[in-house]
Amino acid sequence: MAMNRRDNDLQRVFTRRALLLGTAQLGLFGALIGRLYYLQVMESDKYTLLAEENRINMRLLSPRRGRVLDRFGVELASNRRNYRVMIVAEQTRNVDATLEALSNLIQVDDTQRARVKREIERRRKFVPVVVAENLSWDDFAKVNLHSPDLPGVQLDVGETRDYPYTTTFSHVVGYVGAVAENELGEDPLLELPGFRIGKSGVEKVYDEQLRGRAGHSQMEVNAYGRAIRELARHNGQQGDDVVLTIDADLQRFAMERLGEESGAAVVMDIHTGDILALASNPGYDPNWFNVGITGPQWRQLNTDKYKPLTNKAIQGQYPPGSTFKMLVGLAALEAGAMTPETRVFCQGHMDFGNNTFHCWKKGGHGSMNMASGLEESCDVYFYETARRTGVDKIAEMAKRLGLGNLSGIDLTGERRGLIPTRAWKQAVLGQPWAQGENLVIGIGQGYVTATPLQLAVMTARLANGGYAVQPRIVRTDDALGPATDQRPASQRWPSIGLKREQLDIALEGMIRVTSPPRGTAAGARIMQAQYAMAGKTGSSQVRRISRLERETRVRKNEEKPWEERDHALFVAFAPVSAPRYACAVIIEHGGSGSKAAAPVARDILLETQKLDPSRRPRSAPGPTTASGQPATRKEGG
Amino acid sequence: MAHWSSRGNDLSFGRKLRDVNWGLVLLITLIASVGFTALYSAAGGDIDPWADRQMARFVIGLIVMLAIAVTDIRVWMRLSYVIFGIGLLLLIAVELFGRIGMGAQRWLDLGVVHIQPSEIMKIALILTLARYFHGLSYEETGQIRWLVLPLAIVLVPVVLVIKQPDLGTAMLLLASSGAVFFFAGVRAWKFLLVIVGGGSALPILWNFLHDYQKKRVLTFMNPEEDPLGSGYHILQSKIALGSGGFSGKGFLQGTQSHLSFLPEKQTDFIFTMLAEEHGLIGALVLIALYILLIAYGYAIALRSRSQFGRLLAGGLTTMLFLYVFINIAMVSGLVPVVGVPLPLVSYGGTAMMTLLVGLGLLINCYVHRDVEIPRHMSGL
Repeated sequence: MAMNRRDNDLQRVFTRRALLLGTAQLGLFGALIGRLYYLQVMESDKYTLLAEENRINMRLLSPRRGRVLDRFGVELASNRRNYRVMIVAEQTRNVDATLEALSNLIQVDDTQRARVKREIERRRKFVPVVVAENLSWDDFAKVNLHSPDLPGVQLDVGETRDYPYTTTFSHVVGYVGAVAENELGEDPLLELPGFRIGKSGVEKVYDEQLRGRAGHSQMEVNAYGRAIRELARHNGQQGDDVVLTIDADLQRFAMERLGEESGAAVVMDIHTGDILALASNPGYDPNWFNVGITGPQWRQLNTDKYKPLTNKAIQGQYPPGSTFKMLVGLAALEAGAMTPETRVFCQGHMDFGNNTFHCWKKGGHGSMNMASGLEESCDVYFYETARRTGVDKIAEMAKRLGLGNLSGIDLTGERRGLIPTRAWKQAVLGQPWAQGENLVIGIGQGYVTATPLQLAVMTARLANGGYAVQPRIVRTDDALGPATDQRPASQRWPSIGLKREQLDIALEGMIRVTSPPRGTAAGARIMQAQYAMAGKTGSSQVRRISRLERETRVRKNEEKPWEERDHALFVAFAPVSAPRYACAVIIEHGGSGSKAAAPVARDILLETQKLDPSRRPRSAPGPTTASGQPATRKEGG
Repeated sequence: MAHWSSRGNDLSFGRKLRDVNWGLVLLITLIASVGFTALYSAAGGDIDPWADRQMARFVIGLIVMLAIAVTDIRVWMRLSYVIFGIGLLLLIAVELFGRIGMGAQRWLDLGVVHIQPSEIMKIALILTLARYFHGLSYEETGQIRWLVLPLAIVLVPVVLVIKQPDLGTAMLLLASSGAVFFFAGVRAWKFLLVIVGGGSALPILWNFLHDYQKKRVLTFMNPEEDPLGSGYHILQSKIALGSGGFSGKGFLQGTQSHLSFLPEKQTDFIFTMLAEEHGLIGALVLIALYILLIAYGYAIALRSRSQFGRLLAGGLTTMLFLYVFINIAMVSGLVPVVGVPLPLVSYGGTAMMTLLVGLGLLINCYVHRDVEIPRHMSGL
């Protein structure tokens, strides 16, 4: 039957081919199984490792930055809660609507809105974008209360640096800011977005100590980098606190006393070298730098003629003027150029070569010895003294008293001032030293410059009996309150080799400066005997007085424009009976030292002795602490 | 022979229902259930959003499958050209008004439902070819002139599908049609000729490929080269598979898939997730289930009295095999990623429906295994 045969042919062919194809398919399944065996058994370890790398993401945890404290534990730089509001794009139905709703609760201006929307565009949809930070607690609570109506809005409490006293400690504590390209180092923390490092002051010098060590968290993440959960956490080490030698109360007093003036005041312990106040006025608000300074703020700081960004206490280099005279006298005594009783007659000026050198007192002082020369700050006496001593001997004494060299204080930007020598002039200016220049050096003018800190150190070394006390701004004795080590300077520091009787001449001169009837600063003396201070005035010219002016009339300081007025200086120590504190004050273009600087120094030294920061127990607050609240600041900024 | 025809040609509904291969239905349900658990895991231990919908579709699909299975095989044979014609028209419609999805134009929006005409074509092509070759004698299958029409029947839809572009489906259509040609008795040397000819035409075809298709083939050659680009899927899939190891990470514990390293873990890459969680053991069990299903298919084909039944069952079984093989080979990095789902397991309503319709026809071949069908059928 043809039909059947045909059908059988087809069936036979089908059966054969179905078996063939079926077998081939089975073979292909075998290949698949082989492949799976290869991947899942033979290569399993390799892929297991790759899988681990895939899902674990190490995240650095930023350690809490150490605080900066004053010598009694008052926080000068601390960490403040930073209340932030963020928005997660994927959780909100409509970003615009949510921002609108948010702006009814807190201030969200158009630039903020534009920035938020820009960031949302750029980032993945689950990444929170900051809408506003540094919110006040009230605003934060308000948003929190309304959060059920604000889909996608996240609240977050972070930490940010806080300088509660704003301008008072700006030059000492410094500030923190974002890491710059050239500051990136080995520490991985520096690469954390938003990480802050010290940019100036103690914040910069002690940055590593304050910074702490990074912790890390192992996060399980998915392919898009979204964190699923935390697998392990190592908290790292929070930064150590840094305790300063500064007394916050005294510093605040000094800043307030400088008031509207541009100037600096340094108070130090003549035995320990502790800097108790280092005021440079005006200050700036370091918080500006932390949150990111705005253009107008930056311009304002840079164009201010009082130069708030300059730490005048260590960066300001001023001719010391008459405050230099003790040093000139000591150099002369040591060189044998003068004896304490050597007399010089002041007739108001001294002729040398073709020049006439004037004394500040036009009519002259008459016959002067060293003590009275200091007492009345007779320029002619010290012209003669310097002429006899020579610049190199004066320079040598200046170096021993701490001038012309960096003090090595742990602050940024310290300047060394200038103490000229013959060799210096030849090397730098290529000119020989002129004899007449000795005379100018004798009254602390000419090339001589020093910083207020150096002048304070000089005064301290005189007051402590001639020991090379070094200033320090950070305590090393891990204690709060009075120093644990109360040894006098003689047991702490090497002697600078002054003869006691010669030093006593200089000190006597300084005591007479603040004594009536003839002391130049008698009007600014401290009346209470136990707090009495000794000192030296200085008024340093910033501009040479021309012959024409001499012949017509020397203008009074008050008549000159501010920039041309003399700098007013005063260096002092107290109490006279048992010296403990030294102080240097400069009022830029303040006029005369006795009128502008001495009263400031007097008030500061009186306050210093009342507060007595070197000996005051930690528990006993100083007399002014009643008003000792940090400068008022809007909560949360 | 009378008893054959009386037994085979007129079956009562009850008889047919009893004749349904319930073991096969059970096997299908078993494989689908593996899919449900995998989808449950893919959703992070939740039946929402995939497992629940997949189960609902499976239940509906199962009813459709049984309905198809008990409908007389001659009805399907008669309708096969019509179904093919509708499929072809829809493919052309897609070409003209189709919806773009995932970078390719595959969907047709009919208001209520979105249909993918290429899916209909998978079944329609096998039905049509089976009917066509049923009408040929062994001698005729050896003559070129009888092969021109079926070649056209295959190539027209294949070209349309390539244009969409959907390389995976085109390959599936081509390979399963080839299998029907082969089963029908077309001489072996002709296949050799086509394979050699096709192979030498590959460089020309290459130029017709879309950039993303070229890229897929290239990254398949060297996936590590571009781990975050298009090699990403293959590499991540291999990492997930390999890290699963011999015994797996445990149900719901597949880190790679759950952490979204694995792309499309609920659809094309679901096998990877299964193998990551259940290891080589789990993979082998699933593969064994598929082998069993395919063996069933061949048994049904061999058992069919009519050439139509044999070719239909053989073609459908081969298509099933191709699905399984291409999917697993793809996720394990043996062939380029072409977007073929794992039958009955991958999430997706269209693929599920196509497969159950196909399996319904397969069971239909079993139920009607003894039905005699004349060589030339009247009708449509």
